[in-house]
Amino acid sequence: MSTETARPALTAPAPAGRRARGRDVAGPLDFHRRLWLRIVIAATFLFLYAPIVTLMAFSFNDSRRNIVWQGFTTDYYVRAWNNASLFEAFMNSMTIAVLSTIVSTIIGTLVALALWRFRFPGKAIYEGFMALPIVVPEICMGVAMMAFFARVDWPSGGGWPFNLSAVTIAHISFSFPFVAIVVRARLAGFNRELEEASKDLGASEWQTFRNVIVPFLKPGLVAGALLAFTLSLDDFVITFFTTGPEAVTFPVKVYSMVRFSVTPEVNAASTVLIVITVIATIFAVRLQAPDRQGAQ
Amino acid sequence: MSVSDDAIISIGALTKLFPGVTAVDEVSFDIRPNEFFALLGPSGCGKTTLLRMIAGLEMPTSGEITIDGQDMALTPANRRPVNMVFQSYAVFPHMTVEENVAYGLKVVGTPKAEIGPRVGEALRMVQLEQLARRKPDQLSGGQRQRVALARALVKRPKVLLLDEPLSALDAKLRDQMRLELTRLQHAVGITFIIVTHDQDEALSMADRIAVMEAGRVRQIATPTELYEQPASRFVADFIGRVNLLDGEVTGTRDGTVEVETRGLGRIAVAHEGPVSGKVCVAVRPEKLTVSGAEPTDAPIRAQGRVRDVAYYGNASHIFVEIAEGFELSANVQNRSRRIEGDFRPGDTVWISWASEDTLLLTE
Repeated sequence: MSTETARPALTAPAPAGRRARGRDVAGPLDFHRRLWLRIVIAATFLFLYAPIVTLMAFSFNDSRRNIVWQGFTTDYYVRAWNNASLFEAFMNSMTIAVLSTIVSTIIGTLVALALWRFRFPGKAIYEGFMALPIVVPEICMGVAMMAFFARVDWPSGGGWPFNLSAVTIAHISFSFPFVAIVVRARLAGFNRELEEASKDLGASEWQTFRNVIVPFLKPGLVAGALLAFTLSLDDFVITFFTTGPEAVTFPVKVYSMVRFSVTPEVNAASTVLIVITVIATIFAVRLQAPDRQGAQ
Repeated sequence: MSVSDDAIISIGALTKLFPGVTAVDEVSFDIRPNEFFALLGPSGCGKTTLLRMIAGLEMPTSGEITIDGQDMALTPANRRPVNMVFQSYAVFPHMTVEENVAYGLKVVGTPKAEIGPRVGEALRMVQLEQLARRKPDQLSGGQRQRVALARALVKRPKVLLLDEPLSALDAKLRDQMRLELTRLQHAVGITFIIVTHDQDEALSMADRIAVMEAGRVRQIATPTELYEQPASRFVADFIGRVNLLDGEVTGTRDGTVEVETRGLGRIAVAHEGPVSGKVCVAVRPEKLTVSGAEPTDAPIRAQGRVRDVAYYGNASHIFVEIAEGFELSANVQNRSRRIEGDFRPGDTVWISWASEDTLLLTE
């Protein structure tokens, strides 16, 4: 102990320290101090966030033509709220997103569990085909879905929420593979001995699933659900092909409004959508954060 | 298939086939109550599969498993009166220490009023009361193992199964846990079955050891029997170090057998019972005496040259070349405190041992 306390005074000569500070060279890990990297970061932020910030800012613009800043107003939020068809489209989108998230999370998780747990003939083929909706161009999926629903004569009317059934089914079919992939990745890191320990301690298959496997999967489930939610909420192409005339979703509605003119009303509605997505993400991230209970 | 009355576990002709491999091949033996039983063998010998079949985590292809008088070969794991400490400990990461230990009681519907005290008792037994509210990621490997132990013992199993319980610990902690496990076993008074590939572990902890090789049990005996009276060349070689000399029986005379060995010529070995043909002479390195001068009273002796000396601190291993390509190894205790050893490579020495310390192996 005594030798250790004595050593720094002997081996830390002041000049060396001063020289290092004087030249001020960037260390190997001081990336933020390199000019080119700063430029790249600035450009990234500019192209990524400037449009969004502009969109949000101009939702408060007191002008019909959304080009020049005229003054602050929240008028367009009121108008968007009172725009019955925009509001309805928004509610349709939320309904579809929630339903499709719940169902695709369940199906996706079950698929992941089946692929992880069992060996069955054609497993490799199924695993490949399951991921098809991810790689098939959306436009093809959309056309295929439209053709399919027309062929089976799927009812497009029937009042809310039944008029959304075709879109919801289409959304589930393209988002559950994403959930399955996320959950499967999580399962790959699962220690089978945990499952065996649970059974060894007297738990049934179901108790083991609920008490051991699901808590382990939670981060994967949350991430998968969030993915499914955002995929559904902002999907345009497939939705465009599968919605009937009386069941319009938010992106489709915005598209039809923009065709005439970009009004701050659209900006206002988009801002609300962004805020909802951000809140959902924050919520999901907090759910995934490691539990601090018992920390000392 | 002898199912004796005093067996807590009785295994009869137990076989497990995996695609392309016979993991466990017609194994039969009994485990007595309150015994510390070890399954020892090289990796891939089927010892873990055997343990998992006792736990109910693997279903046998054929054969019987009787636990406490009841046939349980096909009973699922959650309905057997045995509990297991897993190699990875398998402590549930999302539960606190306390919740982990309580889990096995909760899932079978033990009354709440009973769970609390039993969990407390189990945690005290493994000295973890202070850490009851910690999460597993805040525990060391040794502490996690204690959680796994408490979690299994709180169920009051008839038999506790331990799968390589010490392999994940560092050397110092392993020695300490070895002692603690034997003490714990005496304290709780239940049967422990441990699977290990480490012969020191098995020898120092177990009351009886089953040595397995390629899915079969080669010998079941106490540690001393296993070491001093191995039944086969495999067991002699697997447990500890041994000098093995191939030879042929040339004659027998009341209690001694004359063997013509490849390296030492004709030697007389103490052996009871009939024996003939090809045999193997085994002698443990610590039974050999190394000396500079020719020993006059030793019946078996040979002269050779020291090839290597491996120094272990408490003892040294001396490799002596007796003939071209034939070496014997001797273990010499370093009794006195000095820097230079007695023997150095190149020295000409005599090796000798008593006839009783030699073992004749026919298998």
